[in-house]
Amino acid sequence: MSGPEAPDLAAAAVSGGADIVELGFPFSDPLADGPVIRRAAERALAAGMRTRACLECLAATRDKVDVPLVPMTYSSLLEAYGWERFAVDARAAGASSLIVADLPVDARPDLERVQLVAPTSTDERIGLAAERTDGWLYLVTVAGTTGARAELSPALAPLVQRTRRLTDVPLYAGFGISTPEQAAAAADLADGVVVGSAALVAAENGAAALESFVAQLRSAIA
Amino acid sequence: MTAGLYGAYGGRYVPETLVPALDALERGWESALADASFRAELDLLGERYVGRPTPLYETERFAPAGKRILLKREDLCHTGAHKINNALGQILLAARLGKGRIVAETGAGQHGVATATVCARFGLECVVYMGSEDMRRQHPNVERMRLLGAEVQAVEFGTKTLKEATSEAIRDWIANVETTYYLIGSCVGPHPYPSIVRELQAVIGREARRQVLETVARLPDAVVACVGGGSNAIGLFAGFLEDEEVEIVGVEAAGAASLSSGRPAVLHGARSSVLADEDGQVLDAHSISAGLDYPGVGPEHASLRDSGRARYVTATDQEALAAFHRLAETEGILPALEPAHALARALDLDADLILVGLSGRGDKDLAEVLGS
Repeated sequence: MSGPEAPDLAAAAVSGGADIVELGFPFSDPLADGPVIRRAAERALAAGMRTRACLECLAATRDKVDVPLVPMTYSSLLEAYGWERFAVDARAAGASSLIVADLPVDARPDLERVQLVAPTSTDERIGLAAERTDGWLYLVTVAGTTGARAELSPALAPLVQRTRRLTDVPLYAGFGISTPEQAAAAADLADGVVVGSAALVAAENGAAALESFVAQLRSAIA
Repeated sequence: MTAGLYGAYGGRYVPETLVPALDALERGWESALADASFRAELDLLGERYVGRPTPLYETERFAPAGKRILLKREDLCHTGAHKINNALGQILLAARLGKGRIVAETGAGQHGVATATVCARFGLECVVYMGSEDMRRQHPNVERMRLLGAEVQAVEFGTKTLKEATSEAIRDWIANVETTYYLIGSCVGPHPYPSIVRELQAVIGREARRQVLETVARLPDAVVACVGGGSNAIGLFAGFLEDEEVEIVGVEAAGAASLSSGRPAVLHGARSSVLADEDGQVLDAHSISAGLDYPGVGPEHASLRDSGRARYVTATDQEALAAFHRLAETEGILPALEPAHALARALDLDADLILVGLSGRGDKDLAEVLGS
């Protein structure tokens, strides 16, 4: 989540072995997020992390790490900032791509972004998402919001199967992956794993704790 | 996206997970509309279970001299408000879609009560999300929902009112989309919800138009309704939008005036006029009436405002309270605080024959009124 500590936390995650860092731009009413990310967003907004401050945070993070940086946010911020203007300014600040959690694949085809597909997605929509996605496809493992689950969702395997039949783009699985064991299981199926809420929780204990958590995930999926 | 647009408003801004469910909802709705037996069943339930048609009542003592004010008495519907019109239609739709579990959000509790009511009538599991602040100020409705067999989930974060309750209902739907139908309470949300709710509430306006022509032999100069999410208003307005000589006036709470003081933003799945800051962050709304205490509004209202077909004004908490007392003491009717806002503006509107939507009764508001 964007904030004063984000650049250091991103650097710690990369030291721990992260290949890509998603940076949340907080929104007041995040429909796709469970309690951990929602609370992190509330704290960030209370600390003044409006769009411009988030772009500055992105630029500061860009100075610290070499991996791809992907802002993750909601349509309302782009609507207010200007859709094209946001895309341009985010790239200028160092974004490699963009995720907009409440923008379905058939909306705004001209906005380059990482597309998401879910276990409920039809083959047709998966095909369209694969065609339009910027770099990789985000496989949402559960019907649900972000947030830790006890076990890896059984919906992931069939989703990966269906998606692989339709496209060759890299598939990264996310939502509900919080332990090294779950990450390993997800990595057996997909090409990569995305860990959000669990990383935020680890980061509450500081950069070193985050680095160590990411390192555990890294060695589990190696 | 081109579907579900009212001018530049509306659309479908939801996580991909919900898209198949919204597509299924749209197909189910189109199929229901084309099915004469769906409409027949709904009309029969409207008559026998809700108490339709509701009266159009001309006030005797409420209106200032020289003015005539007529009230469309949705307060006389079963459950005490217009919300039942929408809940009934959507529960039939949920049954057609084979869903056994219903989730809903509620502000003042009237939509929650209407949903719990139809779930009891049709034997479906019911979960209603309500902000803990709203639960406090509309407690009789909480008790009603529980007596009707619904589970009322308190939402304890943010403003603890309708905005957060709506987000939680949507999150629940995302998590349980295979088994669950989201019974939205107003003409808001992702397409096709705004058009479904409008069509189900349009019975208000169609009836009112027929009734005013029968009893007064002319159309009203103006049609006035309160606007929170906007469902009773869009339902009433739907009867008169084609009558160019009829002025259409929506009344928002002054502290929750999405149409008067808002800007384009995306909230709860739709682009509409929202109380939001310049970064698109949604602001807190403030109204004495829980049903108007919502920073968004239905996208069709935003479009009607922009086209000039309807205009939207505001009333303060104090004006609503004064109108409440006036209607109580001159006509023997206790209105809900929400339509009291419409009554307040009807009193000073420059028109001779005014039709006001009395969207609900005020039993739920006694504590608020007595405490003010």
